[in-house]
Amino acid sequence: MSVAEMSTRGVAVEIAHVSKSYGRVVALDDMSLSIRPGEFVTLLGPSGSGKTTLLMILGGFVRPTTGDITFDGRAVVRLPPHKRNIGVVFQSYALFPNMDVAANVAFPLRLRRLPAPEIARRVAAALDLVRLGGYGARQVHELSGGQSQRVALARAIVFEPDILLMDEPLSALDKKLREQMQVEIRRLHDALGLTTIYVTHDQREALTMSDRVAVIAGGRLRQFAAPRELYERPADAFVADFVGESTLLPVARMGAGVALQGQALRHDGPVPDAAALVLVLRPEKLTFAAPGANADDINHLPGTLRGIVFQGETVLYQVALGDGGEVTVRDLSRNEPQHAGLFPGAAVTVALHRRDTLVLPA
Amino acid sequence: MTARFLLAPATDTQITHLGRLWLYAFAALALVFLVAPTLLIIPMSFTGAGFLEFPPRSWSLRWYIAYLDSPEWRDATLVSLRAATLTMLLATPLGVAAAYGVLVVERRTARAIGAAISVPMMMPAVLIGIGLYLLYVPLGLNNTLAGLVLGHVALTLPYVTLLVLARMKSHDPRQELAAQSLGCTRLRAFLLVTLPQIRYAVIAAALLAFIFSFDEGVVSYFIATGTGATLPRRMFLSLQFGVDPTIAAISSLLMVLTILLVAAIQIIQSRGGPRRKA
Repeated sequence: MSVAEMSTRGVAVEIAHVSKSYGRVVALDDMSLSIRPGEFVTLLGPSGSGKTTLLMILGGFVRPTTGDITFDGRAVVRLPPHKRNIGVVFQSYALFPNMDVAANVAFPLRLRRLPAPEIARRVAAALDLVRLGGYGARQVHELSGGQSQRVALARAIVFEPDILLMDEPLSALDKKLREQMQVEIRRLHDALGLTTIYVTHDQREALTMSDRVAVIAGGRLRQFAAPRELYERPADAFVADFVGESTLLPVARMGAGVALQGQALRHDGPVPDAAALVLVLRPEKLTFAAPGANADDINHLPGTLRGIVFQGETVLYQVALGDGGEVTVRDLSRNEPQHAGLFPGAAVTVALHRRDTLVLPA
Repeated sequence: MTARFLLAPATDTQITHLGRLWLYAFAALALVFLVAPTLLIIPMSFTGAGFLEFPPRSWSLRWYIAYLDSPEWRDATLVSLRAATLTMLLATPLGVAAAYGVLVVERRTARAIGAAISVPMMMPAVLIGIGLYLLYVPLGLNNTLAGLVLGHVALTLPYVTLLVLARMKSHDPRQELAAQSLGCTRLRAFLLVTLPQIRYAVIAAALLAFIFSFDEGVVSYFIATGTGATLPRRMFLSLQFGVDPTIAAISSLLMVLTILLVAAIQIIQSRGGPRRKA
């Protein structure tokens, strides 16, 4: 397999103040993103957030109401899709059923009038790259969902595009296949080095695959950051809630710090300058402490154990804190013996390290 | 075995063929009423007599020969063939474009356009005929091929559009977007990707437009007279002077043509259905 000969240069993508309205409905509101050459960026958001609209604008299928987009400094807003040199993979695969697998992959090369032997060589190389070598003569309707998506991927990269756009490409596949394809798409990206912009509503998929993730909601960019930063330092309550599991509890300002139900919290960093504040509690950051324990770095939250949910590799403990508000503590099931004394109704103390004590604007 | 199947139900809930006898009789009667009048024409067209009779007492091909020998009938046939061909050639691309537009354009606008296109289908043909006649007087389009073809295009457009639309609805519009990203202009994406997939529906729609125009008699009655008369128009005219078995011969030929084309449409459309999963 000749990855080297297929490799393409990555292109820098600059999205500057892009907005799109349909009548009175604002689908995208002043979106700006700088994407580095060869970067894998995911647009993450709930349905209707505008992430697909942005992808369609990048592809040239939709023209923005205002704003500019450049690929390596070249303005593209007025360029039709066929002049942008981008590969696009759709959720529905969008393979052409009137052509076999090889003809689908050869389609962009035929349009570029490459000589037949060159086309045959490149089609075979692209199919090998997506591990479908020898499938060229298959009919599209004979393929499984996963195979169809691989063909769509081969077709989108065979002509050495500058950018690869993917619109929820895996959401029609079952979980196991999806996780396998996530790894393969990332491997392909790393091998080819092309700038990839990937749309999904699956936060775990976004964290797994991306160099950076742009969280979009209501047509606005909420945060653009690497997965770890997104998870550990969410910009606001929406991002904290959407990325990863979390419980948000309202907290009040107390002096220079904050307090949860009257109890002052130890935490790092300044208190955000906002009227309403929330405390973000991630289940895996919480542990149990002995009642009455005290340590400078730990916040101790008293509560009552409500229930225990066994999930296989992990166990969830649901705890009601003093004045209402329920939080979840997650622990590995192999640690269960340490919690042998826990039963529903027991008084417990939940421990939260100060560096994990996240206070955000509500 | 057949008798047992007829009388004894195979399961407790099965209705026997005997129990359904009334339904068969009803269906047969309905078919007879639908088909018999047209089928009667065929034996009558082979009569040797100078008038229409059933059953004919003698047989001959003289009325077919009379049709082929008559310059008037030949001219009318040529007008109809020309009109039908031109109608097909105009209505098909327009109808395909309309169907495409209805699917692509924003939903509310598309619904309004879709409704407007199907209006001629629901209007009485007499009204359209009178309207076209009055419209064509100042335009000088009455009794011209152009006027006739324009009228027939308006009449057949809804059928072409609806036929193509029905097929296009099951077509993934993302295929064209993919084709565009791979290097096609929008038109080329349609021609290379969408059209090959909907071609059977397009061919069926074209044949329907042809036969509709060829058979159409009501609107032509108003806007196609004299040298511009179509075959159905000439038939109406000849009926005013008494019934001549030539009419029966022409009707038989028209019927055979219609049946052949409708059968072709059916066969073509059944091939255009969704592919079977392997």
